[in-house]
Amino acid sequence: MHPVLTLVVQRLALGILLLLAASALIFGLTEILPGDAAQAILGQAATAENLANLREEMGLDRPALTRYFEWLGGIVTGDMGNALTNKLPIADQIAFRMSNTLFLAFWAALISVPLAILLGLIAVRYQNRWPDKLISGVTLASISLPEFMIAYILIFFFAVQLFWAPSFASINDGMTLLEQLHAISLPVAVLTLVVLAHMMRMTRAAILNVMQSAYIETAELKGLTTFNVIYRHAFPNAIAPIVTVVMINLAYLVVGVVVVEVVFAYPGMGQYLVDAVVKRDVPVVLTCGVIFAAVYIVLNIIADVVSILANPRLRHPK
Amino acid sequence: MTDPLVKVRGLRIGATVYPPGEKPHDIEIVHGVDFDLMPGKVLGLIGESGAGKSTIGLASMAYGRGGVKITGGEVWVNGRDILKASLGDVRKLRGGEVTYVSQSAAASFNPAKQIMEQVTEAAISQGKFGKKEAEDRAVSLFRKLGLPGPDTIGKRYPHQVSGGQLQRCMTALALCPEPDLVVFDEPTTALDVTTQIDVLAAIKDAIRDTGVAALYITHDLAVVAQVSDNIMVLRMGDMVEYGPTDQIINHPQEDYTKALVSVRSIDHPEKAPAGEPVLKCEHITARYKGTSFDVLHDVTVALYPGQTLAVVGESGSGKSTLARVITGLLPPRQGKIVFDGRELTPDQPSRPIEDLRELQMIYQMADTAMNPRQTVGTIIGRPLEFYFGLKGAEKQKRIQELLDEIELGDGFQDRYPAELSGGQKQRVCIARALAAKPKLIICDEVTSALDPLVADGILKLLLNLQASENVAYLFITHDLATVRAIADSIAVMYQGRVQRYGTKTDVLSPPFDDYTDLLLSSVPEMKLGWLEDVLANRKMESAGN
Repeated sequence: MHPVLTLVVQRLALGILLLLAASALIFGLTEILPGDAAQAILGQAATAENLANLREEMGLDRPALTRYFEWLGGIVTGDMGNALTNKLPIADQIAFRMSNTLFLAFWAALISVPLAILLGLIAVRYQNRWPDKLISGVTLASISLPEFMIAYILIFFFAVQLFWAPSFASINDGMTLLEQLHAISLPVAVLTLVVLAHMMRMTRAAILNVMQSAYIETAELKGLTTFNVIYRHAFPNAIAPIVTVVMINLAYLVVGVVVVEVVFAYPGMGQYLVDAVVKRDVPVVLTCGVIFAAVYIVLNIIADVVSILANPRLRHPK
Repeated sequence: MTDPLVKVRGLRIGATVYPPGEKPHDIEIVHGVDFDLMPGKVLGLIGESGAGKSTIGLASMAYGRGGVKITGGEVWVNGRDILKASLGDVRKLRGGEVTYVSQSAAASFNPAKQIMEQVTEAAISQGKFGKKEAEDRAVSLFRKLGLPGPDTIGKRYPHQVSGGQLQRCMTALALCPEPDLVVFDEPTTALDVTTQIDVLAAIKDAIRDTGVAALYITHDLAVVAQVSDNIMVLRMGDMVEYGPTDQIINHPQEDYTKALVSVRSIDHPEKAPAGEPVLKCEHITARYKGTSFDVLHDVTVALYPGQTLAVVGESGSGKSTLARVITGLLPPRQGKIVFDGRELTPDQPSRPIEDLRELQMIYQMADTAMNPRQTVGTIIGRPLEFYFGLKGAEKQKRIQELLDEIELGDGFQDRYPAELSGGQKQRVCIARALAAKPKLIICDEVTSALDPLVADGILKLLLNLQASENVAYLFITHDLATVRAIADSIAVMYQGRVQRYGTKTDVLSPPFDDYTDLLLSSVPEMKLGWLEDVLANRKMESAGN
């Protein structure tokens, strides 16, 4: 078997173990939280008697392990079950929410990743001169501001003052792609600003590290222009660290967008998860958590495989 | 008369240095050098490290490495002063008119790209040839340079070919754009001696056939004597002597040149084996963990008290592995090590402290063998505390004695390694080994990283110490000149086996086996025409082919 394939299989097996561990951990944590779904529904009006009734009705009176394995058994057989609170099938909700989240993440990634790499290359080309300092300054400022702050600043200027984009990012199937993109333009901009700095700085650092190599001197002594030296000789050797950090940020775009979704009232996974936590809807929390964990694991496997493929010593053994 | 291809006048080069504990400041490293190079001729630049020879070579491409800046003078190439040329003009020069071959082709090739793409890149981007033409030219250069599979080697990645082959690929890279001048910067220094000779011959033929001019930079006068028309001797950024090769080699005028010519002429009559051996390796067979082949096969050698056994071989011959086995870092699969009459346990952690004390080691890279945060006094004092429990004034006195023995005198105790020269660092490592009062010191390529004159000083010191302390040396080296200077007996290693073993006179006297003959004949000799003579008389192909 090809070594890369062996690695992928190993990582996938390990990933499934990790997912199990993550689900157990999430379940344990929801058990530790004070209160449960019954209490969340009844709220102030709860009496000991109707709490007990509701718990029995929802099956919450059974031991924790039983409930966990019931959920696990469902997931393994492809049945995500129903939400505790509104009895709706979780699968339908997730399909809708996940596609929204992926739609947002996809466009944010499509803009931020090439932009970050390009800015990184420019920063290296003009190292320690004004373009480098400007790029570093702006991206660092944008990563230093809290996301909701950036979001409100953008809303203030582009939605309230200029009327260029809506402040509520609501999309539906009836809209054309262009209308949908217009609707999500502000959240995409916020996400781009948030993830740009990390990727850009890693690109810059990885390429600068490679620029110390003797083969860069060889390239310079061939009379190549500085940009060609960076692009043709330094960049191919800096791919592995760059891909790793890109994957971490892609994962963030899927998993870490809760705040942005809330600010723009965007119906994505993040909002769904937050609602479920508030309502102590354990099956929903578990399912969302496992999906988020799976996204991280898969993206990391991709990063590892790309790192290997980027290394000619591993790609072309002696 | 034709105009010179390169005309250098009053070249001054500076650099910014960052000494520890001081403010960065500018220093001058080349103080006004003049020379002419006619088309198609070869000028050898020779000198020790720090002489400025690479810096001058790169200045002919208007290039300064790191913080190096050209501060004054003129460098005329093809009739224009390139120090005054625009950046665009300089880029046309680099990779077009002047190309560069570095010491380490392994580091100078981009690991992510195929060899062909890199060899033809300059020729194509300079507009000298189209892609197809450039590739045809590269293949013919590969063939001319004696590379195996010239039609397909370009498809390989740099890690897929050997060091000697890669060095030839680098020469092809430099010759591909049909330059007027090639700067060869120590192109054979990193190679094994038997590989060096082939690469040297390939470079010499290529220079002759293409009619290109060359600046040939090296610290090895014997090497440069084989390829140069003229030689310039440099020292600390100044020209010492400049003249035709024959004159520099056979009739040097300056004392410094004379010292360079006569280097490695230490006369060391061998001592006959006497008494019980201090070290016996008996039928050692060893392999590294997780591998399925032996790197040492049935190695049997002996070393007598107060004598030197030189273990000679090329990279991969198993000589350093033998040191690892003796020190217990790699327990052997078979065989035993008898030290001072008692059998040593195979693995180092289980050896008693006396065994550790009596068997010391000195390494090739003195830099990395010392803690940069410790003073010389602390470094030498450590074995005194560890083995003898010395403290306070007693320890100070012994440290000073050891420093006197290694000829470093007062004031060195409080210095840090970064404040020492390469030779001084190696001396401190010698003192640290001596501090343990060992019976045997394993010296692993201890002079390989040093300039010839400095290396000579270290060898003389080791010989003096051997006479006064009666310590035995197991001397691992690839350099036969060093062996001649220091050995009493010699073991020639080849592919993990002892190829030839005996007293120095026996091993170095004919009749030779084929490998020893190849090895001995490959050592550059300081005479004109040596290269042609040797190649005409060879019986065995070297491993680099």
